[in-house]
Amino acid sequence: MDYHGVWTIAETNRGKIKEVSFELLNRGRKLADKLGTELASVLIGNNINNDDVQELIYRGADKVYVINDPQLENFIVENYANVLEDLVNEYRPEIIIAAATTSGRSLMPYLSVKVNAGLTADCTGLDIEEKTGNLLQTRPAIGGNILATIKTPENRPQMATVRPKSTKPAPRDDNRTGEIINIALKPELIDGRVESLGCKKDEQEDVNIQDADIIISGGRGLKKAENFGLIHELAQHLDGVVGASRDAVDRGWISYPHQVGLSGKTVLPKLYVAVGISGAIQHLAGMKTADNIIAINNDPDAPIFKVSDFGIVGDLFEVLPILNEQLAKEANGR
Amino acid sequence: MNIIIPIKQVPETSNVKMDEKTGTMVRGGVESIVNPLDLYAIEVGIQLKEEHGGKITVITMGPPTADKALKEAISMGCDDGILVSGREFAGSDSKATSYVLAETIKKIDNYDLILAGQQATDGETGQVGPGIASFLNLPLATYTSKVVEINSKNIIVERLIEEGYETLKMPLPALLTVVKEISYPRLPTLRGKQKAKKTDIPLWSKNNMELNELELGLNGSATRVVKIAHPKVVRKGTILKVSDEKTLNEAVSRMIKFMREKELI
Repeated sequence: MDYHGVWTIAETNRGKIKEVSFELLNRGRKLADKLGTELASVLIGNNINNDDVQELIYRGADKVYVINDPQLENFIVENYANVLEDLVNEYRPEIIIAAATTSGRSLMPYLSVKVNAGLTADCTGLDIEEKTGNLLQTRPAIGGNILATIKTPENRPQMATVRPKSTKPAPRDDNRTGEIINIALKPELIDGRVESLGCKKDEQEDVNIQDADIIISGGRGLKKAENFGLIHELAQHLDGVVGASRDAVDRGWISYPHQVGLSGKTVLPKLYVAVGISGAIQHLAGMKTADNIIAINNDPDAPIFKVSDFGIVGDLFEVLPILNEQLAKEANGR
Repeated sequence: MNIIIPIKQVPETSNVKMDEKTGTMVRGGVESIVNPLDLYAIEVGIQLKEEHGGKITVITMGPPTADKALKEAISMGCDDGILVSGREFAGSDSKATSYVLAETIKKIDNYDLILAGQQATDGETGQVGPGIASFLNLPLATYTSKVVEINSKNIIVERLIEEGYETLKMPLPALLTVVKEISYPRLPTLRGKQKAKKTDIPLWSKNNMELNELELGLNGSATRVVKIAHPKVVRKGTILKVSDEKTLNEAVSRMIKFMREKELI
């Protein structure tokens, strides 16, 4: 089969490359090295600047295919899929990975049908099968209760979307060199049916728990919305942001963008503090890879303690006030 | 306004129990339900029908017992159901499923809008909606959170994106996958249930559809599940029990010390 090379689909927001693009390169680099093949990034958009393209090379790409055109300013799935279909037919990559974001999870299924490829959604692990060189794609299913490993034995390319924050961004090496391939947009690839009428920021919420180094999450143990004040206070002391379990969100104590877990966001902070969260498997699926996990819960059998580096079995309404007080004292003392 | 809604029957997994010894799902007593996220698509469809008239056809691919899911949709207010079922479809991945549902929609013909749930709660791929759109070459909006405007030619929708919302104007027919924000599903009515009981659900299969056999079931599936593992994450952490004021203060001090040692504060 004449398919070779690993591709990652770089993602941008208003012309700026998103961090998840570097996470994809981290995964892509490992796959390409195992296969002994090259790693390329595809960057589609408008007003793409050279520094960004160069950055993809510093982060591990051997090649960057750039399709830069005013008609590609907005992510319109039909246009992007057409552009990629054309590239896939021309360059024949064996693996394509994209972020499991609202655009990646639209683009990849639309594209995979056009190029008759296999596609696995929302992977948390990717590897190469030694004997066959097939891509092994691992993803949680049935509410995080199982991990399924999936492969695409015949069809090429093998396509997968990867959960943001399920791995670290590739380290930067500004001695790396690579090739930049600028490709002119073929006008016939613009579908033209769908029009973007613009974007608006979510004005109520400005939380980005996925980019935070420290997250303090509250769950059902808080008993009511007002008690989230304790969590906010702790977050302030630790210079972190506030997360929540699905239970707390479903009860209306805090809004959905704060939700950590399978039906919320996957996070990979340096510190995750779970307060009054028992640790249902769906929640653990969203935070268990954090560097450090601390749990505070009154139930010694709560599953959250099994994934914790440090735990306090006690009443959070006793522990948190003392903890907040101690941290405040320390801050004043410094 | 003729609407087609592909739905899926799924096991009630929100409180799934795992057998610790065998590591498999305890299936006994697990009920089959309409994929909870599909209910939002059904609700939007009914609202559009109430406002603009027309007809809603729900379709599903699944075992013969999946007609129960279609009947539930009808009892909420949908008009017709079609069950696509047969051994030839067993083992379908999201691509093979999309192909069959796309062919079903082609055969129904005369539609303005296709509405689907964002994803199913069992497979959680979210790939079948976009896959159908791709097979039918229809304009696609995923993560749709609001129908802003609709007329006989166009639809304007808002979709959720990471940074907020995006507004799209699309010609009809189009396919939308919808998220929870879009509506709140109504309950079936008694009259709806009676109507569902009386509604015949036709069975479609390779016998009465023009299907490419190479696209069906395992043949048509590009992906194979090769391993199922049962994640067990265990960290051997320090767990301190609080029983009085002294142990409370000590636990808090040790926690602060832990964070300092890890250079987190």
